[in-house]
Amino acid sequence: MNISLSDLEKNFREVEPGLTDREAIEEANRCLYCYDAPCIKACPTGIDIPAFIKKIASGNLKGSAKTIMLSNPVGASCARVCPTEELCEGACVLNHSTKPIMIGKLQRYATDWAIRNAEALFQAGKKNGKTVAIVGGGPAGLSAARELARMGYTVTIFEAEKEAGGLNTYGIVSFRLPQKISFWEVNQVKSLGVQIRTNTRVGKDISAKELLDHYDAVVLAVGMGRVPRLGIEGENLDGVYDAIEFIKETKTKPLTDKLVGKRVVVIGAGNTAIDGATCSVRLGAENVKILYRRTKEEMTAYDFEYEFAKQDGVEFRWLTAPKRIIGDENGKVTHIECVRMKLGEPDADGRRRPVPIEGSEFTMRVDVVIKAIGQTRHLDLIQEFGLEHDDGVVKVNPENYQTSNQKVFACGDVIFEKGKGEAMVVTAAQQGKEAAYAIHQYLTKAVSETA
Amino acid sequence: MADLSINLAGIKSPNPFWLASAPPTNSGYQVQRAFEAGWGGAVWKTLGEPILNVSSRFAAISFNGQRVAGFNNIELITDRPLEVNLKEIYETKKRFPDRAVVASLMVEPKREKWHEIVKRVEDVGVDGLELNFGCPHGMAERGMGSASGQVPELVEKQTYWVKEVARTPVIVKLTPNITDITATAEAAVQGGADAISMINTINSLMGVDLDTWNTIPHVAGKGTHGGYCGPAVKPIALNMVAECARHPRIHVPISGIGGISNWKDAVEFMLMGATGVQVCTAVMHHGFRIIEDMIEGLNHYLDEKGIASVMDIVGKSVHKYSDWGDLDLHYKVVARINTDVCINCNKCYISCEDASHQCIDRLRDENGKEYLKVREEDCVGCNLCSIVCPVDGAIDMVEIPSEHPPMTWNERQAAISGLSSCNVDVK
Repeated sequence: MNISLSDLEKNFREVEPGLTDREAIEEANRCLYCYDAPCIKACPTGIDIPAFIKKIASGNLKGSAKTIMLSNPVGASCARVCPTEELCEGACVLNHSTKPIMIGKLQRYATDWAIRNAEALFQAGKKNGKTVAIVGGGPAGLSAARELARMGYTVTIFEAEKEAGGLNTYGIVSFRLPQKISFWEVNQVKSLGVQIRTNTRVGKDISAKELLDHYDAVVLAVGMGRVPRLGIEGENLDGVYDAIEFIKETKTKPLTDKLVGKRVVVIGAGNTAIDGATCSVRLGAENVKILYRRTKEEMTAYDFEYEFAKQDGVEFRWLTAPKRIIGDENGKVTHIECVRMKLGEPDADGRRRPVPIEGSEFTMRVDVVIKAIGQTRHLDLIQEFGLEHDDGVVKVNPENYQTSNQKVFACGDVIFEKGKGEAMVVTAAQQGKEAAYAIHQYLTKAVSETA
Repeated sequence: MADLSINLAGIKSPNPFWLASAPPTNSGYQVQRAFEAGWGGAVWKTLGEPILNVSSRFAAISFNGQRVAGFNNIELITDRPLEVNLKEIYETKKRFPDRAVVASLMVEPKREKWHEIVKRVEDVGVDGLELNFGCPHGMAERGMGSASGQVPELVEKQTYWVKEVARTPVIVKLTPNITDITATAEAAVQGGADAISMINTINSLMGVDLDTWNTIPHVAGKGTHGGYCGPAVKPIALNMVAECARHPRIHVPISGIGGISNWKDAVEFMLMGATGVQVCTAVMHHGFRIIEDMIEGLNHYLDEKGIASVMDIVGKSVHKYSDWGDLDLHYKVVARINTDVCINCNKCYISCEDASHQCIDRLRDENGKEYLKVREEDCVGCNLCSIVCPVDGAIDMVEIPSEHPPMTWNERQAAISGLSSCNVDVK
């Protein structure tokens, strides 16, 4: 892409253009409108995809957006960030005949229409007098809130950040997912009467006990925390960033030219690492490298994210691990010492464990190091709620997302286990829905038992 | 949410979408599935004397890769015993009392035959009757269907016979295979019809196989004309509905049929005078589930327009449909090409040059870039360029205010004859 060094804002505008009216109508009419379609089954939230596409074809765009958002309360974001090749589009029957329907882009077309037309798509159910507290206003929390509000619950979301939306608001780069899309989804949930208490961190501003005492049920949907420490020398030097914080800054503060002409390395090869790398490119960095201690095979970033980074000119250094970050007398990063790796026996999560090759150390000149090696768990909060967990992964009954405390249900990244599927926005949305239905069942059952 | 319920000559249904008498309404199983999906009514596949069908019955036209632009069939009326159909009609109506169940009927043009079937069908609790005077193939060779539907006297007489005994509203379904459908529509009204429905299918031969030289479809190497329907026939059907709706002596409600595939098509038919619509081909292509979008799309449309009841749109465009002689000769539109949107395919240029009035110029700007421009003084406003243009918004048809007051051909002729009669006086 053409990076502008003078107008950084321009670099952060949404990269993928939406479909034009004509493109949308042609593509919608190409959809076969399959019966019992495989794309529906491939969507974790089970959107009735042929129906929403048929509605684009018939000119019922409000109905189309409703069909999408009914199944997926963050369907506008997912239209942009879902790995569609692996989900709906990968399942499209036209893969076997011509080429698959651009389901993601059609989904974006319909939800963009709803955003432009400021349509409130759903209504709150008749109040049933029950209250639910939701900890975390990301995709899982919003999704649970939307469904609970539709069923008549009085819902309060406790959000630590200034705005709700979680990863969609702060963690995915603007040029993939502009903030206004996430805010629209938040407002859709608010319009059902859901109260969102932002700048309110549970465990600090309000205690877990208070929520447990005052609400009929609690949804724990806090996702994950910051990037963990690398555990190497030089980690506190000026110029070392946490990828999540780094991306968040580009979405919340005016863009700065501090990376213009700089050399950047990103440690890790997940989707957040890619985002960190492509952000750096757009901030004017002269050279951006991704260092990964395994190979392309083990990389967790989606293929389309990888391709996107390659097109941005990001270089990949496989089987390379950082050993030490070196700074100058002012405490600024100047070099990184790395070591070459080879793959050994499979790890606990099934991936082959990388082993350092002795004597293969080498040093690179860098100005900025961005850490993107995963996320920590909100252990303190989980403990404050007194929930059983495995290394910070909250244990739930897979049937209904109920935790070891029967009135607490957990969903989203907070229950995501390494090696068990993917931590996708769309999965979190589905879990939020299911947790809401489970709470409904739990609370109505409790009533019938006491009655 | 607008009120979608309709009342067509006393037949009520919760929404204006009925299934037309056709393969989708062949059995209780199918009609009940349709009602579960949300259809407002169904006209049962035509009942009559038992018949035999042939195998290889349907064919369709694909248009540039889109399937089922037009559809054709040589299937006859129901091939199931009358008793079985009557039992299933009874069960269906009992399970779905709020939906309209209408029996389509076809018997020989004999008074006692009509009397007998009307009584038997009404005994099981139908909401209305639809007389099939339209089926163009097979039955017509035996003097029924369109054979009797093409003769106004037969339409009137048979309608009258039915009305002698019918206790429920009688709809007469008309054939389009006739020069002027208002002639048979008026005959139906004369015979006492409570409503008319149109159109039945149009005589058609779908194609000939280039290798075998067989017709499409063929039955053991031989073919026969079928009945054409589907999206391709919509403009023909819409005109016939509109012609009947604006006819002063055809004052009964109309049930619109012909190529209706979505809520937009339905709105057009209703604006042109149909009180409700019947659908078949779209269901044959996609199944009963299309009703969800039809109901929702219609609802959103009415809500957006602030219209409380769908009955309020019935016939709202009829007064805008008229004779050629009543059109304003001084109204003028011209084509205007938006150069910034145009993709320079030159389709408009060549169609205007070869098939219309040679008023588009191919020019170059100061940078040598090609562009197209309409000589508005030569443009007759035929629309051809904007029709062939592949890009939305590249060609606008713009109204040019007239220097003259509106004048129609009829007014002009009246004025001229007024002048000539003046001349006579002078002489």
